[in-house]
Amino acid sequence: MVRMTIEQYLPHHPFLAGLDEDALALLARCATLVHFAPGEYLFREGEPADAFYVLRTGRVALETRLGTGSQVLDTADADDPGDGVVGWSWLVPPYRWTFDARAVSETSAVSFDGVCLRARCEEDPVLGYALMRRVVGVMSTRLHSARVRLLDLYGGRP
Amino acid sequence: MVPRRFRVASTRRDNHDTLTVQLEPCEGGPLAFAAGQFTMLQVFGVGEVPISISGDPRGSGPLQHTIRDVGSVSHALAFAAPGQVLGVRGPYGTGWEVADGKGGDVVLVAGGIGLAPLRPALLEICAERDDYERVSLLYGARTPSDVLFADDLRSWAEDHRITVEVIVDRGEAGWTGRIGLVTQLIGKVAFGADQRLALVCGPEVMMRHSAVALVARGVEPQRVRLSMERNMKCGVGLCGHCQLRELFLCLDGPVLPFDRLEPLMSRAEL
Repeated sequence: MVRMTIEQYLPHHPFLAGLDEDALALLARCATLVHFAPGEYLFREGEPADAFYVLRTGRVALETRLGTGSQVLDTADADDPGDGVVGWSWLVPPYRWTFDARAVSETSAVSFDGVCLRARCEEDPVLGYALMRRVVGVMSTRLHSARVRLLDLYGGRP
Repeated sequence: MVPRRFRVASTRRDNHDTLTVQLEPCEGGPLAFAAGQFTMLQVFGVGEVPISISGDPRGSGPLQHTIRDVGSVSHALAFAAPGQVLGVRGPYGTGWEVADGKGGDVVLVAGGIGLAPLRPALLEICAERDDYERVSLLYGARTPSDVLFADDLRSWAEDHRITVEVIVDRGEAGWTGRIGLVTQLIGKVAFGADQRLALVCGPEVMMRHSAVALVARGVEPQRVRLSMERNMKCGVGLCGHCQLRELFLCLDGPVLPFDRLEPLMSRAEL
């Protein structure tokens, strides 16, 4: 992979595509590059939701803890167009993670500071709306996926 | 309408509830069929059900049917002992017409046991792999334990340059693959500009969502083909059990293009 700064990388990610230079520059000020080894947690259920991750490479599993161990509920992949992001609890009070997120493979991401992002969105409603539309798009895709899977289609006759 | 007699040569367990039964004719030559066609399989004294053929349409080997043990007849078929004689009517219905994809990219989307009717199409592609451009198989299963034809999936990817992506509804310990809906994978398939062909088989809801996603990616609706496997009884368009408005799915289908099916699939209770 060609080395890029955060400012250079952000316009290339499908989730942020279409945002103008000023908006991306504002977002870049809240961002850092992070890396997770397989098995490492991005965040744990109940902890303060202080970040939002745009995946550059790798796969992340969203899990919940059961008495018998962890159950993977969903995965997010860097190469899924429009879906390579993790975490929206930074946007919704009480700003606590509702699931665990664990790197399944070597994962690199751009991590946005949640408090910083919220402040930028409050200051600049146009940016806030643009970001909200993108987050809602991801939420909609995941909700659709969860609802259809609830039908347990493969459990019955084809 | 009179069944041919076939003897069970062997049975292979594919997963916890699905088995592939291999049949040899009691008399006469092997049954010629096209990829995507089905037969009416009969256990004498128990009943008869439609089952897609899952073997190689180009081979002279045993006739293969992959059967999920979900009812009394399918249970009797799946656990028929070697040497037991079964009745076979057919083959019936339309096939995938895989050769229409030659010279272009082909994507196959399978859900659950829907991989079985697509297996003959994949074997046909593998036999003439150089005649096709990019070939992708997107396969959704309930859990990793439900995944069918694991050896085939490996071979298609490693030996035949087929991009194989598997996604499951629910993970299990040790699973590091994707979790989600098979339709999610359609967005990441590499397609050429034209000559695209898509073959889809699985539960009807999954096929409808897949077809819509494929058309959104630019595949022409008439080149998105779905296998509509409903309640076939006679297999020859007489009884009407499998009727979908003007279509007899045993005769006009099971494989039909999405442009023909879309107005029917989008109507409730049809």
